[in-house]
Amino acid sequence: MAPRSLFDKVWENHQVVPETADHPAVLYIDLHLIHEVTTPQAFDVLRARGLAVRRTDRIFATIDHSTPTGAPGADGSRPYGSDANRHQVEEMEKNCREHGIELHGWDSPLRGIVHVAGPESGRVHPGMTIVCGDSHTATHGAFGALAFGIGTTEVGHVLASQCLLQRRPKRMAVTIDGALAPGVSAKDMILAIIAKTGIHGGVGHVIEYRGEAVRALTMESRMTLCNMSIEAGARAGMVAPDDVTISWLRPHMSDMPEADFKRRAEAWLQLKGDDGAVFEKEVIIDAGAIAPMVTWGTNPGTAIGVDQPVPAADNDDDRQALEYMGIEAGKPLLGLPVKTVFIGSCTNGRLPDLEQVAAVLKGRSVHPGLRMLVVPGSEQTKRDAEAMGLDKIFMEAGAEWREAGCSMCLSMNGDIAPRGEVIVSTSNRNFVGRQGPGARTILASPATAAAAAVTGCVTDPRRLMGDSQ
Amino acid sequence: MKRFEDITAVAAPLMRNNIDTDAIIPSREISGISKAGLGEALFAGWRYGEPGSRKPRADFILNRAEYADAQVLLAGENFGCGSSREHAVWALQEWGFRAVIAPSFGAIFYANCIQNGLLPVVLDRVAVAHLAELSAQNPDKNLLALSLSKQTVMAGGEEFGFSLSATHKKMLLTGQDQIALTLELRAQILEFQKKDRRNRPWAYLQA
Ligand code: SF4
Repeated sequence: MAPRSLFDKVWENHQVVPETADHPAVLYIDLHLIHEVTTPQAFDVLRARGLAVRRTDRIFATIDHSTPTGAPGADGSRPYGSDANRHQVEEMEKNCREHGIELHGWDSPLRGIVHVAGPESGRVHPGMTIVCGDSHTATHGAFGALAFGIGTTEVGHVLASQCLLQRRPKRMAVTIDGALAPGVSAKDMILAIIAKTGIHGGVGHVIEYRGEAVRALTMESRMTLCNMSIEAGARAGMVAPDDVTISWLRPHMSDMPEADFKRRAEAWLQLKGDDGAVFEKEVIIDAGAIAPMVTWGTNPGTAIGVDQPVPAADNDDDRQALEYMGIEAGKPLLGLPVKTVFIGSCTNGRLPDLEQVAAVLKGRSVHPGLRMLVVPGSEQTKRDAEAMGLDKIFMEAGAEWREAGCSMCLSMNGDIAPRGEVIVSTSNRNFVGRQGPGARTILASPATAAAAAVTGCVTDPRRLMGDSQ
Repeated sequence: MKRFEDITAVAAPLMRNNIDTDAIIPSREISGISKAGLGEALFAGWRYGEPGSRKPRADFILNRAEYADAQVLLAGENFGCGSSREHAVWALQEWGFRAVIAPSFGAIFYANCIQNGLLPVVLDRVAVAHLAELSAQNPDKNLLALSLSKQTVMAGGEEFGFSLSATHKKMLLTGQDQIALTLELRAQILEFQKKDRRNRPWAYLQA
C-alpha cells in the first residue's frame, strides 16, 4: 500500500461510501459538537420531517455564543444581552430536552466555548471524525482527529444520519522546526504561519502540523495552533498524537479503567503518517525566527512581528484596511494606544493562556482608562483558574474576571468593543466590525495582550517579562 | 430545497475581496432561531447608518433604486470566508439573490449555498470585473442571463462558461435533498458501524 498521511488514515477509517467522480464520500461522524447559534434551524428541519436524532450519545452540547459573561444575580438569573440571546439559549434547552440530548448548560462545569469544553469533557480522541456548526472546529485536530466546521443544513444532516457528504480535501504539511524563543507562543506561531501562507494558502487542504517545535507544544498550545487553520483557508488542521496527547487525556478520562485506557493509548500512538506520505503542498517555518506577532489589518494574514514596520499598502484591500484601522504604514505598531484588551476565546481561553496573562499582570496594574476583560473558555477553566488564585491577580490589577463564553470574540452577547478604538484581542478574527461596529482589532498572544493592558499601548511582551525576571 | 431556475436579472457589483460572513450578516443579527427575517440584516454594517438602526445609507449599492431588484451578486475573491453561519446564505436569499458570482468562495459558505439552492458561480477575476463594470454602467440594460443547465453567464453580448461538480449541479437542478438521500443508505451505515467495531474495537471501550 502507498504510504498514507495521518489525514488519509482517519478519512479512510470513516468512509461509509468512498467518493466517486459523481458522488462525494459518505463519511461517518464520531462526535458532533452543537451550540445554540447554528442549531435551531437544523432542529426545525428534523421536526418538519418527523426525523429523530440518530445518535444522541455522539453529541456534545453546550451554550456559549449568546450567553452573558456578567455575574448572575442573587436569584441566579443571568444578565442576558438581549431577549433574543435568552430566547436562543432557551430554544437550545428545549431542543435538547425534546431529543434526549444531554446539554451542558448553566449548571455544568463543562459549559463553555464548545472548542474548550469539548476536549475538557474527555470525549475528543485521536482518530475521530468531529464536526460542529462552527468554523473553528479544527481546534480538535490537536488530538489527531479530523475536525471541521459545517453549516446548519449539514448539522441537520449529521443529527439525522450521523453521516456527512464530503469531497476528499488535499493534504498540506506545515513543518515548524527549531524552538520558540522565550515570550513567543503557539498564537505567534500560527499568526506567523498565516502571514506566510496567506489567508488562501490552505484552501481545499487539511493541514498536518509537524516538526520539532510542534512536538514541544502542550495540548493547549496545539489547540491554539489548529484552531486558526481556517484562517489560512484550510478545512482542518491536525497534529499526530504522541505522549503529550496521552498524558493530557488520561486525567480527562479518569473514569476509564487503566487497562482499557492503555489499549486505547496504544492504538492512538499508531496513528501517524507513514514515512514518504505525500502532501500536495508543503510549508517550512523556523520557530526560532518567530517574534511576538500582531496584526495591522482586517484579516489574520496581516500579522507582523511586533517590532516590524507595517508594510506599505500596494492594493485597495490593504489601503482600506489601514484606513479602517487608523494605522500608518512604515513604522511598527509599538506604542499605538489601546483602549480595550480581550483575553479569551477558543483560541486562547484555556488555563495556560490565563496563567501567562497572570504572569504579566502580577504586581502590575491595568493602564488607567483601559478596559480589560478576562473571559475563561469554560466553567471548568474558570474554576481551575480560581483555585489557583488567578482571578485575584486579574481583579487586583483592575481587569474584569467574567463568566465563561465566546464574549467579545464575536460580540453577539452584549460584550462589545467601542467604535473607532483599538482592541488587542487574543481571539482569532480581526474582521471589520467583528468585535463591535467600527472596532479596530489587533490579534495577539495572551502575553502580548496582557502587556498592552499594562502599558496602554502595543508593547513587546518580552520587555515586561524581562523586568520580572 | 428550492430548484434553481435560469434567470435574467439585474446584477449588483460589490467588488471587494474577502467579504466574510460577519460582513454579510453581523453576529449581532443572528440571535434568532428561524431562517426568516434575516434579509433585513443583510450587510447591515454597510447598509445602515448606525449600528442597530435601519436607516439606509444612500451610498451603499443595494440601497440604490437601480439595484433594488438585483438577483445576482458580483463580488471579489474569497466571498463568504470566515464564520460558518448559514444565516449568510439565508439572508442573501431572503433579500432576493439567487446567485453569487465571484472568483473564489469560502469553503463552508460554498457548501451552504448548494444546500439552499443559492447558485455559487466561480468565474475568473477578469470576467467578474468585466461583468461588474457592465452592471455599474447600466444595470437595467446590461441584464445578466444565468443558465445552470448550460453552465453559462451572459451579459452585454458576451458569454462565459463556468464549471460546477455534477453532484452539485444535479442537486440545484432538481432541488434534491441530501438528508433524504443519505437516509436511504441506512443499511450501509449500519454495516459500517459493525465493521468499524471490528476494525477499531479499542474505540468502543467504555468507562
Ligand atoms: S470563541 Fe469566537 S471563534 Fe471560538 S467558537 Fe466562540 S465565537 Fe467562534
